[in-house]
Amino acid sequence: MKLIRLKYTKWYNISKDGLSKNNPIVVAVLGICSALAITNKVDNAIAMGIGVTFVIMASSATVSLIRRFIPSKVRMVTYMVIISSFVIAFQMFIDAFFPAIAAALGPYLGLIITNCIVMGRAEAFAVKNPVRYTLVDGFANGLGYMYVIVSISAVRELLAFGTILNYQILPDSFPTWTVMAIAPGGFFVLGLFIWLIRDVTKNYEFS
Amino acid sequence: MNYLEIFIGSILNHNIALAYILGMCPLIAISTNIKNAKGMGLAVVFVVTLTGIINYPIYVLLQRTNTTQLSLLVFIITIAATVQFLEMFLEKFIPKLYNAFGIFLPLITVNCVVLGVSLFFVNRSYNFFQTAAFSFGSSVGWMVAIILVAGVREKIKAHSDLPKGLAGKGIVFIVLGILSLAFIGFTGLASIQ
Repeated sequence: MKLIRLKYTKWYNISKDGLSKNNPIVVAVLGICSALAITNKVDNAIAMGIGVTFVIMASSATVSLIRRFIPSKVRMVTYMVIISSFVIAFQMFIDAFFPAIAAALGPYLGLIITNCIVMGRAEAFAVKNPVRYTLVDGFANGLGYMYVIVSISAVRELLAFGTILNYQILPDSFPTWTVMAIAPGGFFVLGLFIWLIRDVTKNYEFS
Repeated sequence: MNYLEIFIGSILNHNIALAYILGMCPLIAISTNIKNAKGMGLAVVFVVTLTGIINYPIYVLLQRTNTTQLSLLVFIITIAATVQFLEMFLEKFIPKLYNAFGIFLPLITVNCVVLGVSLFFVNRSYNFFQTAAFSFGSSVGWMVAIILVAGVREKIKAHSDLPKGLAGKGIVFIVLGILSLAFIGFTGLASIQ
């Protein structure tokens, strides 16, 4: 009984939107730059996913808190300032505690600012909704982003290095595919992933 | 290190779209026909070169005052301000160019190429002229990439029968992957480090 009622609550719908129905990468095709550039290792993808989730939640909540005070003419710049403060915080955290990952991510960590998902959630959702919903929405979108980039990175790391999270999975005799570690591999894997997900969910785009 | 080498390297073998995967959102959204792709490409060349040149002295200033951790915030504000200023300037003094850029100019603030170029010159510790060559070269490289993709997409739309799941944006990734493989052929042409 409880479960049936849950299906119709706003919380449930918001989460479902972010995770599957309007998944930021597969359906809306946003935030691709980071999804491709850093997904040749699983640990980089996890760090990036956590970073993006944190930044979306924190910046959406902040935007939502002060939404009545933002003049609509300068709202883009306001979002930018809010988002970049949180990105700087996250960058300092990674620099301090995980220097190896910070070195691997390089400039892409700072580029979370221009990740269209963060800006998109601020503009499309946070300015119109109260704080408690924006937190759920940010979390759902962040997780939707994270599971896609972690799946892509698992495929790429396995084929490019024969490892997952630096544990040897494939035997040494496996000829590693160097192309998977560089840009073309990312493009192909994401293209095929979008094809797979759209065929499974029957969520087609007609152009 | 040669400025010409950086310029050519950042167009071809270190192409910012096809090797570093930056600026994908606008590249995928606007590459539906060649005319729009050209407009967006030109706007990007203009803004990226300008913001690269403006951000360099600002970064030096931040280094002198030992506040480089603020560079992200300062860069993004500079970029937003430059785009806003450019928009007003062009509207007032060169309306022809303003109309040609149309809606592409405000969209550029969220284009990761602009911020990416600024972060890369910090990462590679370029000097001023190297930064200028790199900003100009990268943006031209991005324009080349978006026009190539737009050309392929026009042909795909007119002549091919795609599987349903791949139609629309899915196929763009396959096209980009093939282009990116082709650009790997330039490896070793010029070094930008």
